[in-house]
Amino acid sequence: MLRGFRHPLNSSRLKPGETQLQVQNVHLSFGGVAALTGVTLEVKQSEIFAIIGPNGAGKTSLLNSISGLYKPQSGHIIFHDGRGSHELIGMKPHKIARLGIARSFQNIELFRHMTVLDNLLAGCHVHMKSNLLSAMIYWGPAQREQIAFREFVEDIIDLLEIESIRNKKVGTLAYGLQKRVELGRALAMKPAILLLDEPMAGMNSEEKEDMARFILDVNEEHGVTIVLIEHDMGVVMDISDRVAVLNFGQKIAEGTPDEIRKNPLVVQAYLGEEQAVFPFAAGAAGGRHA
Amino acid sequence: MVSGVFHTSYESDMALRRTPAQKIRIALFILFILVFPFFANKYTLTLANQIAIATIGAIGLNILTGYTGQISLGQGGFMAVGAYTAGLLTVRLGMPWWLSIIIASLVTAVVGAIFGIPSLRLKGLYLAIATLAAQEIILWTVTHWKGLTGGVEALVVPDPRLFGLRLNADFNFYWLAWALAGITALVTLNLFRTHYGRAFIAIRDQDIAAEVMGVNLFRYKLLAFAISSFFVGVSGALLAHYRSIVTWERFTLDVSVLYLAMIIIGGMGSVSGSLFGASFMTLLPAFLTNMGRALRKVFPAINAIMPFIQEATFGLVIILFLILEPEGLKKLWEDIKDYFRLWPFSY
Repeated sequence: MLRGFRHPLNSSRLKPGETQLQVQNVHLSFGGVAALTGVTLEVKQSEIFAIIGPNGAGKTSLLNSISGLYKPQSGHIIFHDGRGSHELIGMKPHKIARLGIARSFQNIELFRHMTVLDNLLAGCHVHMKSNLLSAMIYWGPAQREQIAFREFVEDIIDLLEIESIRNKKVGTLAYGLQKRVELGRALAMKPAILLLDEPMAGMNSEEKEDMARFILDVNEEHGVTIVLIEHDMGVVMDISDRVAVLNFGQKIAEGTPDEIRKNPLVVQAYLGEEQAVFPFAAGAAGGRHA
Repeated sequence: MVSGVFHTSYESDMALRRTPAQKIRIALFILFILVFPFFANKYTLTLANQIAIATIGAIGLNILTGYTGQISLGQGGFMAVGAYTAGLLTVRLGMPWWLSIIIASLVTAVVGAIFGIPSLRLKGLYLAIATLAAQEIILWTVTHWKGLTGGVEALVVPDPRLFGLRLNADFNFYWLAWALAGITALVTLNLFRTHYGRAFIAIRDQDIAAEVMGVNLFRYKLLAFAISSFFVGVSGALLAHYRSIVTWERFTLDVSVLYLAMIIIGGMGSVSGSLFGASFMTLLPAFLTNMGRALRKVFPAINAIMPFIQEATFGLVIILFLILEPEGLKKLWEDIKDYFRLWPFSY
């Protein structure tokens, strides 16, 4: 461990390896279009779980169902937080957030007119308790709370190496930095589980490396469970513990990166024919720190 | 040698005024406000009082429209609720003026929250139309519920008194109005450095992301309407006690649009912008009227069309402002400050 963090990022009470999130036979359709048909998967505490699949496979729909933005017609999404099990389908997004389910978005959805600091502090929203009156008076309890969370947020700034931009308006930042701030905002929720929707889309290889390092830091140093959607197969195969493959709204495979690499169904989904050479089969063999 | 301002505690870094220059500026401003009435005549005092009332109303609207992004055309209606409630409580129940202001503001907050319910489903222009309905419903009620409000006839409010002083005399009212404007500004600034304010801005910038961060949209949108309307109610109630007369004509749709213009010209999502906008929109018509009077003496021929020239100039100045400085007077002020801060090395 390189840095000393004074504040834990992880709010989960489960032990590593315990089942944290169960998606059971989830069906989601928009009008007549089926986005998810009978998807079942299980995420365990402190693992990096990747969801891959071609465009339109239903990856983001699955994430949106977990965070409550979409409401699947049938099935269960069950979240365990060590105190009990919660059915997420039908729960309001802000209640789901309170359980410790944090996420980032495919298209950056930061609060553009706020500074980086304020974005991160906005991420702490669910943990801030002072009431309206003390917030209006500010001096006293509200100020103490704000300063305590500022200290916490500085830890995240430290972790993500964004010290120099902490007072910049987010809208003026470069794309790669915005993605980093969005990760930070999700971390500010002290997540029990972190859902990342294409955290590396549109980045150059150096930025991707940085982002992969941050994700691994969060996972290894703080033990935060990560569910990751990503198109860069090199990254997915390198950092994930387990991978699920979606195609046309169905899960066609699940397993370790090595198993997925060799799975004929996956090869077919990506390339459309069985004989083709799988693009990343020839690359370096698995291993998280390749 | 001092090379800059370095904060060594989060407390000082998170203060409202972070640098000595900022502290000096605000101290000078407060000093000006305190000294001004002793040198002002009755006319300028009246203008200053109008500015204070408008500032409170503009801050209220800015909380809702500038910070939370919920466009409201109901400002006039909400002010009417504040003014009529304060007036009626004083006239009918003989309530002391200060209590009537507090209760009127709370009543306006509740009314605002009720008319804010459509905001949960409607955004942007659609919400503007819904709040327009609020404006019309409130004014219709005021003019038609004769038994309560006296209908279209003016409601005469007795003079507010404090230890025998007539508080609605310009000099005395000045202190009340500016004290309340100061409190409103401070409370609002404080609000926007806590999670309440951040949630409001988050709703404006990305409501879905805000919801996923744990912001209860239902609760916070209604809260924005309630807090905003509370301050609008304060300004309406002040108006009732200052003018000693409450008539529906002061709270028409024109007022709603005027206040929107105030916050657009002053600066959306800014407390100082609310003050700038309120000052500008109060002083410009006064300035134009005085110019008109002066011109009339020189060119008696234009006497008849003078009001039209004033209206047109008013519109023209606003349009020019929007084109040249779309972010409002607040931005202009920041540019001026930046110029002097960076001078003579402006790169």
